[in-house]
Formats: sequence, structure tokens, C-alpha cells
Amino acid sequence: MQNSALVIGGGIAGIQSALDIADAGFKVYLVEKEPSVGGRMAQLDKTFPTLDCSACILTPKMVDVSRHPNIELLTYSEVTNVQHAAGDPSTGSGQSFRVTVKKKPRYVDISKCTGCGSCAEACRFKGKVVDTFNAGMSKRSAIYVPFPQAVPLKYTIDPTQCIFLTRGVCGKTFLCKDACKANAIDFTQKEQFVELNVGAIVAATGFDPFNAALKPELGYGTYPNVITSLEFERLSSASGPTAGKILLKGKEPKEVAFVQCVGSRDQTTGNLYCSRVCCMITAKHAHLVKDKVRNSTVTVFYADIRAFGKGFEEFYDRVREEGVNYRRGYVSEIYKRGEKLIVRSEDTLIGKPIETTADLVVLSVGLVPRPETNVVAKLLGLTNSADGFLAEAHPKMRPVDTAIDGVYLAGCAQGPKDIPDTVAHAKAAAAAAIVWLRRNASKQYPVFSNQSVLNTVH
Amino acid sequence: MKPRIGVYICHCGLNIANTVDVEAARDFASTLPNVVAARRYTYMCSDPGQALITNDIKELKLTHVVVASCSPRMHEPTFRATIQKAGLNPYVLEMANIREQCSWVHSDRKLATLKAMDLVASAVAKVAWLVPLQEREVNVSQAALIVGGGIAGMQAALDIADAGFQAYLVEKQPYLGGRAAQLYATFPTMERVSDLLAPLMKRVNEHPNIRVMTNADVQKVDGFVGNFRATIRERPTFVDATKCDACSKCIDACSVSMPDEFNAKLTTRRAIYRPTPDSPFVIDEQRCTYIQDHVCLTTSSPIFDRGGAACVTACSQNAIDFSQSEKMSEVNIGAIIVATGAATFDAANKPELGFGTYANVITSLQFERLAARPEGFGRPFGSVKDVIFIQCVGSRDQTTGNLYCSRICCMVNAKQAHIVKGKFPDARVTVFYADVRAFGKGHEEFYDAVRKQGVRYRRGYVSEVFKRDNRIVVRAEDTLMQKSVEVEADLVVLGIGLTPRAETDEIASLLGLPRSGDGFLLEIHPKLRPVETAVDGVFLAGTCQGPKDIVDTIAQARAAASSALAPLCRGKVRVESATAFVNEEVCAGCGLCVATCPYGAPALNPRTGKARVNAVLCKGCGACQAACPSKAIQVVQFTPRQIISEIAVLV
Amino acid sequence: MIDTQAIVEQYGLTACIQCGKCTGGCPISPKSALNPRALIYQMLRGDEFELVARDELWDCTTCSTCGLRCPKGVKAVDLIIGLRGQWIESGKIPSTLRAPLTATLNQGNPLVLPREDRSLWADGLNVKPMAEGVEIAMFTCCENAYDPRVQPMPRALVNIFRAANVDFGTLGLDEQCCGSEIRRIGESGLFEYLRDDNIDKFKTTGVKKMVTTSPHCFNVYKNEYGTTGFAVEHYTQTVARLIDDGKLEFSKKFEATVTYQDPCFLGKQNGIYDEPRAILKAIPGVKFVDMDRSRERSMCCEGGGGRMWLEGTNAKVRLANDRIQQALETGANVLATACPFCFLTLSDAVIATGNEEKIKIIDILQIANQAL
Repeated sequence: MQNSALVIGGGIAGIQSALDIADAGFKVYLVEKEPSVGGRMAQLDKTFPTLDCSACILTPKMVDVSRHPNIELLTYSEVTNVQHAAGDPSTGSGQSFRVTVKKKPRYVDISKCTGCGSCAEACRFKGKVVDTFNAGMSKRSAIYVPFPQAVPLKYTIDPTQCIFLTRGVCGKTFLCKDACKANAIDFTQKEQFVELNVGAIVAATGFDPFNAALKPELGYGTYPNVITSLEFERLSSASGPTAGKILLKGKEPKEVAFVQCVGSRDQTTGNLYCSRVCCMITAKHAHLVKDKVRNSTVTVFYADIRAFGKGFEEFYDRVREEGVNYRRGYVSEIYKRGEKLIVRSEDTLIGKPIETTADLVVLSVGLVPRPETNVVAKLLGLTNSADGFLAEAHPKMRPVDTAIDGVYLAGCAQGPKDIPDTVAHAKAAAAAAIVWLRRNASKQYPVFSNQSVLNTVH
Repeated sequence: MKPRIGVYICHCGLNIANTVDVEAARDFASTLPNVVAARRYTYMCSDPGQALITNDIKELKLTHVVVASCSPRMHEPTFRATIQKAGLNPYVLEMANIREQCSWVHSDRKLATLKAMDLVASAVAKVAWLVPLQEREVNVSQAALIVGGGIAGMQAALDIADAGFQAYLVEKQPYLGGRAAQLYATFPTMERVSDLLAPLMKRVNEHPNIRVMTNADVQKVDGFVGNFRATIRERPTFVDATKCDACSKCIDACSVSMPDEFNAKLTTRRAIYRPTPDSPFVIDEQRCTYIQDHVCLTTSSPIFDRGGAACVTACSQNAIDFSQSEKMSEVNIGAIIVATGAATFDAANKPELGFGTYANVITSLQFERLAARPEGFGRPFGSVKDVIFIQCVGSRDQTTGNLYCSRICCMVNAKQAHIVKGKFPDARVTVFYADVRAFGKGHEEFYDAVRKQGVRYRRGYVSEVFKRDNRIVVRAEDTLMQKSVEVEADLVVLGIGLTPRAETDEIASLLGLPRSGDGFLLEIHPKLRPVETAVDGVFLAGTCQGPKDIVDTIAQARAAASSALAPLCRGKVRVESATAFVNEEVCAGCGLCVATCPYGAPALNPRTGKARVNAVLCKGCGACQAACPSKAIQVVQFTPRQIISEIAVLV
Repeated sequence: MIDTQAIVEQYGLTACIQCGKCTGGCPISPKSALNPRALIYQMLRGDEFELVARDELWDCTTCSTCGLRCPKGVKAVDLIIGLRGQWIESGKIPSTLRAPLTATLNQGNPLVLPREDRSLWADGLNVKPMAEGVEIAMFTCCENAYDPRVQPMPRALVNIFRAANVDFGTLGLDEQCCGSEIRRIGESGLFEYLRDDNIDKFKTTGVKKMVTTSPHCFNVYKNEYGTTGFAVEHYTQTVARLIDDGKLEFSKKFEATVTYQDPCFLGKQNGIYDEPRAILKAIPGVKFVDMDRSRERSMCCEGGGGRMWLEGTNAKVRLANDRIQQALETGANVLATACPFCFLTLSDAVIATGNEEKIKIIDILQIANQAL
């Protein structure tokens, strides 16, 4: 059906694009590889600079997407093939994409699952499987929902962790199956392939946080109290592993250091670019520590503070007023002395190398392209910019268009962005898709006369 | 029938539960009159939370629902949809805001819990009086008005028009292109802005669905989403473009002289002028003495002498036409996109930097105009050996009242430093900065390249610019060596910030738009709704909402177009259901409601002499209800009985 | 007076964003006026710069942490070496460097000992001379060749090679200083002479593969000699592979808790972290523990960059002393090294801190040799 669009990626960008295209009256297939929509934004605690709770503002959008009559949600699914059928060579009208989507087996019949959670309670691996939604900071069961507000709120069996799926046997009896009153567990499920015919595609595949282990001098992976900013989000989140308390092994860190530009603006990592969001994420985190930990000492190590968005500079002013120390100089090394971490840097504004003690170090990791983005790029015939993100048609004038008519980019797949810039970008992609679909459907521009100018008065 | 009320108390993770004893609040709620179910849940807005409500409606036959959670702005639509799905009318819901108005603003758990209980009791008291309402839809005018013909406005107009709807593009200046038309090149790609703008302007001008109105402004707007009506004034140019052969003799003849705004006041222009190198000729109505004072400054010829103006005499084509008058048009539109742009900071407000005092202290906008000359950036101020760029002029600066970062100046300065180095490779170019904000795609890489070209970055804001032995001296602390330094320069370029336009107030009051603390127009939600405003159907595009570079402006303009396309494509919009109604038996026909209403909804029926409400226009604001001496006019969801019940339990 | 503009261009200093990561990671900067970031800034500003007043330039150990961590690819260490070079060109050579430099030119070693004595370390071992067809050329660092405290290291390597049936030889009296330290002192002319002379000598003896006893020699051959026509390995790579291939087996136990000092020229600069540890872990009886500051975060012993002949501006604080303390904190009674400089600085530090009874400095070669 040419009157429909495919959106790849169910983060805030994909959700927003899908909603806008659907609101314009087109059918939208929203494909998300995880069991729930929500993406990275669902993992965040608060948002800068307003400190709105991320889940609170995201949940309504997730619910909207699931309820929209024009949106068909394909979660736990991946696009595996795209065939491009060119339309009229002069206008491009009538062109379409034949898309194959693989629906991965959840081993749970979602028409029956009520989301009650008895299965996860019963699972033999309860509390043993690393919870990636909590950035690895807690453990879940092999059957799970990624987070309480998941949409759809349906359970999924993790095929890499479920002992029955990996080894073919789970004790004498399936504990989850026994626990499920709805009789929804179904180990016979197989991959299914769905064929879609769409007129436009929006790629909204998002980003990954930089792998901090690639900067060994910062001690990530060596010291449990050196964590990434994404881990801090979960630590600070009410629905996270510590129920929102800043606690490390039950203890409140009093001295907290934040390290900026980890994996950004850095030749040694190959990422020359600025990740655009980390300065403000850190400012927000510094505020949260000041807010949650009494008498805490908070130090931010930076080279340039990039507080450029609406209300950002004002927020940066606010956190400094709250007593957060900003010390100019990248951190060179982190090591241990006694129980304390030692953060070594130069304070370039006094011209001296300094050692700062810390109980907790938070690495403000940059944004990098997801490996899956390249898979999607290949399927769609898209190219990458030098920084590895997807290339737009023109860096100034066409930020959401690609070299292929009918294919558009939304959000961080094109480059790092904060939430409002992502939403604007996603809506822009939707506008492009709507225009394309309407042209496609009518074979030409519907032309209006100027009749609706009413009375020329004078 | 007795109401059967369900009360649902949300923990909102820990947002509420941390400060309010939700268990106690739930127990309390279950004791309230008519309450047949009281429950609590971690996230009431989540699927299982909503399932609690739907199950109760079905099983306990609830008639009314109270949700105690966040602000109704956040989740009222969510829960209305929830109860509607379960078979209730969506309007028999009341929300008790125990988050923004309770848990977030209190720290004493005991008192906060008591307050939450009060708010719940109040909502329960009110909800029992709520009545089912009908939802109504009206048709949408299949057109949009775009205010501002800069890059944002043009892009938004194109998207609206390409989608098959009529776009009215209203531009105050006599030309399209806005701020971008003044710029020379883009960062980081170093393309000529004129090369990028030309195809865009061509498409706009030739698009069958776009009506361009330059030298025009919006005089009046009324109506509501889907059905706005705007009055547009097109001012005369006094030059018949079909006759004018652009010989410029009229300009040579005119002796009224003033700084040329388009050239950032680097040059002067006449009262008759060509605003941009490609635009048609125009007479500046405000400055032409023939129009203002009825006497031509050049010839001293009075206005009744028709041919007496110097320009008229000079024009061989007979193109000057003082008989032109303004033209008013009314248009019906379904949506409005505001793309009125931003002003640049007036560097004269930082007197210590010497702008206006020294000719070789210029602004970054003036630099663009210099670089855009056919001969390129050159030496209008003598030699170009030492050039200094000063960042954050008028941004991040309490003394100017502009606390915000202007987002583009770092890269503008980097680009201009690059241009200087390109033209004069031996020039010593220094940038004084505090933080280099090279955050966009390819920006850090451009900043790297500019440094590698030899541009020096020194950290420290410039404190003073003065003259010594005929040379400009720039004083700053170099904070990386903690020393006060003095650097000589032949040219100083001030990286001026963006500020809200002076006309922002006009457009804000015309459309009823609020402004944010920084003075720019306010979006309704800073994270998730960056282009929507407090007024349904009115959207923001580009720098009127806050500083932005070209690419972010285009993205936002297209975003605004996307939002505007929703009602246009749908063809219908839902209108407010909680509107005012008149009890004609009580109405005395005094007309106070008609005078009070900001939306023109009530009118006196000429036959009965009593007030009547046009429900389509009514926004349910309640101003009429407050004004009515006889309580004849009431808003359905806020009747005195409902409000008094709500208050009674609190006092 | 120096030409700062030329220096800025030569070392690509314009890439610098003054983030301070270099100075922040510099092991020397906390105890010295040396501040690589400020030094770069002075060059960028083009201020007047008096070399002679800058004694701290001689404090740098050329560990290269500054350049390795720089987010913008600036090599502050190269700038420092360059400035040392200008200093030396001006003729004002620090007094303690005169003799080593002269001796390196005349005797082929900076220890001021006769060229004829270069093979004394191998007395009685009957090591054959390097010739066409011999698999491996063993290159002995001047320090290993002449200093009796570290002569056991090459002797141990000979034993190990023989135990593993490795076909190897040495250049004998043709062997001379590799020039690594000479280049870092800033004597680039002498370094170039040594380089060219050495390459000629290696060519005539048909060297295809070289194994060095010192990470410094290894680094200079690998990274600073240009095209040499032969492969180079540090002994830890060779020995680890011999163990891996089953060609070298240990029959005795070496009962000790062992920690290990990553030499900057082997670890940080060349990424060789695993091989030394693999050897230690393969030796029976060894209980291996890493120090907190290890691998990429290891701490310099302060022996490189000419510091073997320069006390530096602050001799009161010695990094090696701190390092001994850190080693003791692991509970180790042996601190293993893989570099003669590390061995010497750390051995001095054990004595200076009075810890002779608690911990011993032993090179990996000797530990392995004892376990054969």
C-alpha cells in the first residue's frame, strides 16, 4: 500500500515520526527490535533543563502510539529486506518499498499475556540475568518485560538466557508455564516473516553510548565505582536498581566526580565529533547528586561547557550556584588510594596538575552509531557521514532527506541530539514523508487555487 | 441514581510516593462518600494501571472516576481515553494533582499526605456533579498562514504547499530570505548562502500553492484551530515592478539618506532603494519625505505637484506610482506557523568593546556583509594583519539581560576566522572565548580545521577595547596563563548574539502566545513539544523560538509544518466540549458576557434579547461565568455547584 | 630565543585545545615545573621564550603518556625533545650529559666505558656472532652490556634461548648504542649517525629478526629507525611465544608473590601488556598480582628520556619510591621488571625506602631462568 509508511526504531524519534505521519491520515508500521518501544529515553531519569521525569513525559507518547488507529506496532521485530520498486521516473510517483519484517518469537502469546508477571517470579533464573535496561546494574529473570511502563506490556523469553531455549531442558517442569494462569507461554513459536508494501520509510535507529572500557586510563570496568552517565541515570531513577537513591553497595558517595567528553572530541577513540548532549547530562547529574546526597562535594572536569540550548546556560548557572565545582581540564587518569578513587587532571585555569579524591566517578560517555544502523543503511542503500552516523542529503538545507526519495532520517541515527532536537528532527522527517506520500498518492501536487482569499477589502 | 466513584492514587514511581503516604491516602479515599473503589499503583498511566480502572468500571459499575496523580495537562487525555474505552463518557473524570501541586513542592511527608487527602476529597466532591458531554468536530480550512519569509517560513510553506494545501507566506520586508539573505557562507561546509537560498526562493515564488505576500504584515487573527481568520495588510512599494527596468536613476536622484539595515548599517541607502541586490525597487514609506511631509527633500516640490518628486522625474519608465495604497486581505486558514526570526544583539550596548566608537570594531553580521561583496572580504579598514574575534557579545551575559547562549556565534566566528585566513594567510587571527561550543554535526571537526589553519584561540572574555598609538588594543585575561594581556589589532569582530525581535510582543499579543524567560516565544513543552504553543493550531519555526543555526532551523520548520499538517490532512478538528451555556430563563440580556469574552463566543439574540453561545468559538475559559451578574451563563464542567462542592471540603 | 612559529608548525600544536589532559597525566608535573599544556600554550601565543631558564625540560622521562592520551593528536613529548635539541644546539649542554654523549659517539655507549668491553657480559657463554642464516639477532642494551647490576639479564636470555633451542647470535663488538636515549636527550645529529651506522651493520650481518633486552631499544628500532629490513621484538614477546608454542618449559618452582612494573616503552607506547604477564603466570610457584596502577594506567619509574644521567629539578621526590610502596600494597615480595632502567631505578628505590627485606626487584628473564 503506497498510502503507508514504515518507521524503523521505536525510540522517541520513531514514536514521534510515527505519530505525525499517522495523524496525517497514513497507515504507519512502527518496527522496534526490542520487546517494547521507548528506546533510550525510557532509560533516562530526569530530563534537562526542566528536570521533568523522563518516563512521565514519554509514557503518554508510548501509549498514544499503541492506541493510534493508524499505527501498527511491530515490536521485537527487525527489518530483514527492502526492495525498492521505482515509480514514474519523472515524478517518482507510484514508487514503493517492499519490506520484509522478521517477527522474533517471544515464546509468549501476546494475545493471551496479561502482563501479570507471575512467570518472571517463577523463573528459575529470577535475579540471575543481567538487566540491560538497567545498564547491567541489576538482575532480572529470563522471562521479562524491559521496564514497568513497557508498551506493549507483554512478557518475552530471552532466548540467550532461558535454559530451555539454550539447553533444551528446564528441570522437570517449565516453571513459567506452570505459573502462567493465562496459558500464554508457547515454546513452539517460530520466527515469522511479514511482508509490507510502503511508500515511505523513516530510519530512526538511534545511538549507543560509547563503550567507556575503550578509555582504560579512566578505570571503567576496573573500579565498580567508576560508572557511565547511562548507569547513573538508572542509579538515580525511581524505577532503577536503588529506587532512585544514589547508593553504591548500600553506601552514599560523598565525593562525586564527573568526567566530560569520554569518547567524544577524541582522536584516540576515532570519534572526532562532539556528542552534543553530555555537557547538559552531566550538569543535570551534578544537580541530582547535590539534591539527593547531603553535604556532597561534586566536581565536573571539562574543557568547554556546551550549554547551548534553550534554558541550558541558565541551568549551568544554577548548578554552579548550587555549589558544583567546575574545573577546567580533561581527566587523564583514575586510580585508587586506600578506599578512595583519585582523579588526576590539570586544572588548566591555575596551571597545576591536581589530584581530586572521589567515592564515585561518573564518565559522561558520548553517543556513537549503533551497529544495527549500518545494517539498516545497507538494506535501504543509505550512506554514512565521516563520523559514522547516517548521512543526510545536505548538511544545512536537507537534514532529514537522504539520497533516496521516500527514505528519511529521524533523530540520533543522523547524529547526536538532545530530546527536543530529536523530536523536531523526527517531526521534520514526518513532514517529508507526509509530503512524499501525498504526492505519491495523487501522482502530482494537488493544486489549490487562491480562492480562499476572502474579501479584498481595499 | 447514586454516583459510584472509583479513586486511583498514583505513586508516579517515587515522585509522589516519596513524599505522600499513598497507602494512607488510599485508605482515606475509600472512606469518602460514594467511593466504591480506591486503589493505588506505581504508575497509573501504565497499561496495568489503566487496566485497574477499566476493570473496576466494568465490574463495579463505576459512574465517575478520580485519578490522583500528576497535572491534568499531562495525563487527563490518557485517562479520559481509558474510561471511554471502558464505556464511560470521557468527561466524568476528575484529576487531583498530587504531584506538581503537592509532592513536588513539599518536603514534610505528614503534611503533604494530609494535603493530598484534601485534594482527593475535593476531587471526589466535584466529580459526582460532572455530567457526560458530547465531543464535537468542525471542518478545517485547508490552508495555513506562515508569518515570516526567512528560511524557516519558506521551508514550512513549501512543506504545507507540497502536501497539497494552500500556504500564505507573509513577510514584513519587501523581500524573501530573511536573516539568511544577509549571510555570506555557511559553516562548516563553506557554501555560499545565496546559492542555497536561490533555489528555495525560486520554488516558493513559483509554487502554485503558495501565495507570497511581501512588504506585508498580519493585522488581526481570530478563530481557533482549523478555523482561523487572519487579516493581512500588504503595504505599497510605490514602484510598479512591471515597468521598472532597474536602472537605479531614481536612487541616484533621491537625497534622503539613512543607514542600510540589510548591509548591517555599513552603507547608506536612499528612501527609494533596492533592499537586496536581487529584489524589486521600493520606496520606504516611513522615510520618504514626499509621503511623510508631502514635500520631496530633493526638489522641495510639494505633493500636489504630481511629477515633482526627484525619483519621478528621474524615472524614464514612469514606474513610480505614489497613488498605490495598502491592500487588506482576509484569509481562512486551519493552522498558523510563526517564523518571525530573531534580531541581532546591538553591540553598542557593550560600550567597553568600542563598537560605534572605532570604525574597525565591527559585528559578525557586518563581517558577513563585507565578505558578501563581489570583491569578497577585504580591507575596508586598512591593513588586515591582526584580526581579533570576540565571542559571547550579548550572550551569557547578565549585564545585557541575556543569560542564554546564542548557539551559533562560536561557529560563526570560526567560519569568519577561516575566511580571514583564507584571504590573508599571513594574518594573525585570534579568538577570545570562554567555551567553544562546536556541538553540531561536523562542527568540532571544523573547529579543529580552523585551529590547524593557524587561528589562535585564547581563553578569556575581552574586558576592554581601546586605542593606543592609532592601533586598537584588546584587553583580556588569558585565563590559561592567568595573566592580563593586551593584544593589538587592525580589525575586531564582535560575535554578537541573537535576541528576540522588537516586534515579538506584537505577534505574541496578536496570537496570544506566551514568551519564555529569555524573551523568545515559548513552546508548550521544552522537551517533547518544541514547536507547539499554548494556542492550538499555532506553531513555532526557527529562531523566534530561540537561537538556531540554519540546519536546526530547517528541521524545526519542517517539524512545525508536520504539526500543522495534522489538522489539515484530517480535515476536521475536535473542539472544546466544556463550553458555556445560557440559562435563558435567568438571562437578563445585559451583554456583559459578550463584552467579556475574548473569543467572541456569546452574542445577544436579536429576537429574544438573551445571550447565546457559539459553542464552536467558546474555549470554556469561564470569563463570562465570572462576569454574569445573574449566573445565567455557566461553563458545563465548572458550574458554581461543581466548584463550590470542590471548595467546600477544603474550607 | 626560539622561533615559536616554526615549532608550532613542526609539532602541529595548533590542534591543541588546552584541555590539560597531557599535564594531568604527566607523572613528572606534580613534582616539577614541567607543564606540557602550558608549554604548548606558550608556543601558540608566540611569546618570548628563554630556553635556558627552563631546567624543567630535562625532567621529562619521555614516557609519552601526554601524547598517547591527547584527544587532538598532539605529541607534547616531541615538543619537549625538540626544545632540548635547540638547547643542545646552543652548546649549553647540561654538565652530566657531556660525558655520556661524547662516550656514545666515541665508544658506542653512554656509560663512558670502552667499546672493546661490550661483550664482557657474555664471558664464558660462547655466544656465536650474528651471521647470515642465524634466526635471531640478540641486541643487548648498553646498560645490560656494561652495568654489572643488569648484566645477568642478557645472560639469562642466552640460557633461555638455549633451553628452547633458539638459533641466535649477537653483533659482538659491532653492537653499539641504539640511540633511543640520545634522541630523547635532543642530540638528533648523534642519533641519526648511530641509526645509519647501525642499519649498515645489521645489513652486513644479514639480520632478519632482532630481539632486544630493553624496551627502549625495541621501541627505537620498531618506531624510529624507518625501514630497517628486519623485524624486532622485545624479549617478553619472544619468550611468551616460546612458552606458548611449548618450546620452553619450566621444571623448577619460583615460590613468590610477584607483581610487575609495565615499562612505559613496552606497555603504554607499544601496547605490550599481556606477554610479560603470560610469562610470569606460566612459571610454577608464581602467584601473580597486579598493582592498581598497571597496564595503560601504569606509573613511570623515572628512568627514561635521559633521566639515567639527569637528577632532574626535584630529586627529593622519586616516582620509583612511590612505586615500591604501591608494589608492597599488593602483598608482593617480588617486583618483576622487563627493562634495565626500571630495574635500576626501582632497585635504588628499594634501598632508599629501606624495603630490602620486604621486596626484591628481579627481571622477568632472571625469574624465568631460575625456573628452567
